[in-house]
Amino acid sequence: METKLAHKNTSRVVNVGWIIFPFACLIAFWMLLRVSGLINPSLLPSPWEVAQTFWIRLTQGKLLIDIVMSVQRVIIGLLLGMVVAVPVGFLIGWYRPVRRFVDPLVNFFRALPPIALIPLVIVYLGIGEMAKVVILFYASFFAAVIVMYEGMMQISPVYIRVARTLGATDLEIFLKVMMPMSVPHMLTALRVALGVAWATLVAAELVAAQQGLGAMIQNASAFFDLRSIYLGIICIGVLALLMDVALRQLSKRLVSWQDKSGA
Amino acid sequence: MVQSKKERIRFENVSMQFQTAIGALDVVHDMSFSVNEGDFVSLVGPSGCGKTTLLNMAAGFIKPTRGAVTLDGKTIEGPGPDRGVMFQEYGVFPWLTVEQNIAFGLNLKASRRLGVREKKAIVEQYLELMGLTDFRKAFPKTLSGGMRQRLALARTYAVHPDFVLMDEPFGALDAQTRSAMHDLLLKVLHAEGKTVLLITHSVEEAVYLSNKVLIISARPSRIREVVDIPFPYPRDHALLETPEFNALRSRIHKSVMLEYAAQEAQAKTKVAI
Repeated sequence: METKLAHKNTSRVVNVGWIIFPFACLIAFWMLLRVSGLINPSLLPSPWEVAQTFWIRLTQGKLLIDIVMSVQRVIIGLLLGMVVAVPVGFLIGWYRPVRRFVDPLVNFFRALPPIALIPLVIVYLGIGEMAKVVILFYASFFAAVIVMYEGMMQISPVYIRVARTLGATDLEIFLKVMMPMSVPHMLTALRVALGVAWATLVAAELVAAQQGLGAMIQNASAFFDLRSIYLGIICIGVLALLMDVALRQLSKRLVSWQDKSGA
Repeated sequence: MVQSKKERIRFENVSMQFQTAIGALDVVHDMSFSVNEGDFVSLVGPSGCGKTTLLNMAAGFIKPTRGAVTLDGKTIEGPGPDRGVMFQEYGVFPWLTVEQNIAFGLNLKASRRLGVREKKAIVEQYLELMGLTDFRKAFPKTLSGGMRQRLALARTYAVHPDFVLMDEPFGALDAQTRSAMHDLLLKVLHAEGKTVLLITHSVEEAVYLSNKVLIISARPSRIREVVDIPFPYPRDHALLETPEFNALRSRIHKSVMLEYAAQEAQAKTKVAI
C-alpha cells in the first residue's frame, strides 16, 4: 500500500515536471537569444524585465483590471454562443429539412473570419462592451454549432432503437438518450469555441477597446513598450491555457464513461 | 411444450422492396409464417438475405411493402416494450452503469405502474442471474463482450416483454462465451417462458436453442423449409453429442449451404451485368 502511494506521488512529480520542462526550455532559449547578441537587446526584453513589468502592473492594479475585462468578455460571449448553439445543433442534427436549409448558411458564416466583421460591428454598435460581446457571440456560436451537429449526426441510431423497444416516448428519448449522448460533443464544442473566442477577443480589443489585454498590448505598442507587449502576449497564452486545462478536467469528470479506445 | 399453442406473431404474404441506386431491390418475397406462444423460432440463411428485415418488421421499425405483420391479429405499427430486441451490436448505453442500464426501461413512463421497491428487486434479480452483481457500478467500457451481452439481455428482460427478438446476438462472442450464453438463455427462458425469434448464421445454435427452424432462401427471401426440432427442453450440452442432433444439424446445414451457393451465384451475375 505504502509503495503504491509512493509510486503515485513520484509519478505525479514526474507529470508536473513534464508540464514545466518544455516551458523552462522555452525561457532558456529566450535568455540565450538575448545573451547571444543576435538580436538588438533593446528589441528583446529579458524574461526578468518582463517579470518586473508584470509585478509593477499587478501592484498598480491595472493588469488585474485588464485580465478581468478580457476574461469576462470571453466568458459572456462564449456562454451566450453555447446557449444558442446547443439547441440549434440539436435541431439541425435531428431534423433533415432544417439541416438542408441551414447547412449552406452555417458553412458560409463559419468560413467568414469573425475578425472581418469587427469594422462593421464598430459602425453599428460603436466600441462599447456590447460590440465585443456580439463579436464573441458570433465567433463562438459558429464554431460550436458545427461541432454540435456533426457530433449529433454521429450518434448511433441503435441506442434510440433500444430505447424505443423498451417503451421510451419521444420526449424520453430526447432527455434520456440524446442529452447524455451529446454531453461529450457539447464539451468539445465548448473547447473549440473557447479557442476561437480568445483569438477574436484579442483582435477586437486591439482595434477598439480601452481595457483588456488586447488594449494593453495596443497601448504599449504606441509607446514602444516592448516589455508590456510581451507581458500581454504571455498573459493571453497563460489564460487560454488555464481555461483549456479547466475544461479538460471538467470533461474528464463528466464523460468518464467514454471509451477513448473507440468502439 | 403444449400442442395447439396460440398464434402470436404472424407474417402474412409479406414482401419488402428497397429503392436503391440501381433500382428496386426485392428483399423479401411473399413470405408467410407464424410464431406461436412459447415458440423459439430461428431463422437461418445466407447473409444479406433479408433476415434482419424480417426481424425489424416484427419489432416495428419498418413496415412491409406488401402484406402485413400482425401481433395477436393486430397490425404492428411500431416498437413497444412487449417486444424486446437484442441487437447484434448490443446497444448497452455507455453513459450508464451496469445497474442503471438494467433499470433504464423500468424508469420509463411505460413502466410507471411498478413501485420503487419492485424496480429495485427486478434490477437485483437480473444482476444476480446474469452474474453482474460485482460490476453493478461499472461502466460498459470496462466489460468484456460476453458481459455486455448479458447486460443487454438483462435490460431486455427487466421490462418483462412477451417476446424477445434477437438479431445475431452471439455473433461477436468467442466459442466458450457463446456456449455459456446459450445455456444462460435456455435457463432464463425456461424460468420465464418467453416467445423468441432468433436470427443466426449458426445452424448448431439454431438447432440447440429452437423448437422450430426456418431455412430462408437466397434473396429475395422465401421460406425454403420449416424444420421442427423434436428435442425436449430443458436441453444441455449432452444433446450436442447425440447422433440425432448431429443428423439434424448436418441436414439443415446442407440446405443452408445450397442457399449460400445460390446467393453467391446471384452476386456474380450482378457483377457480370
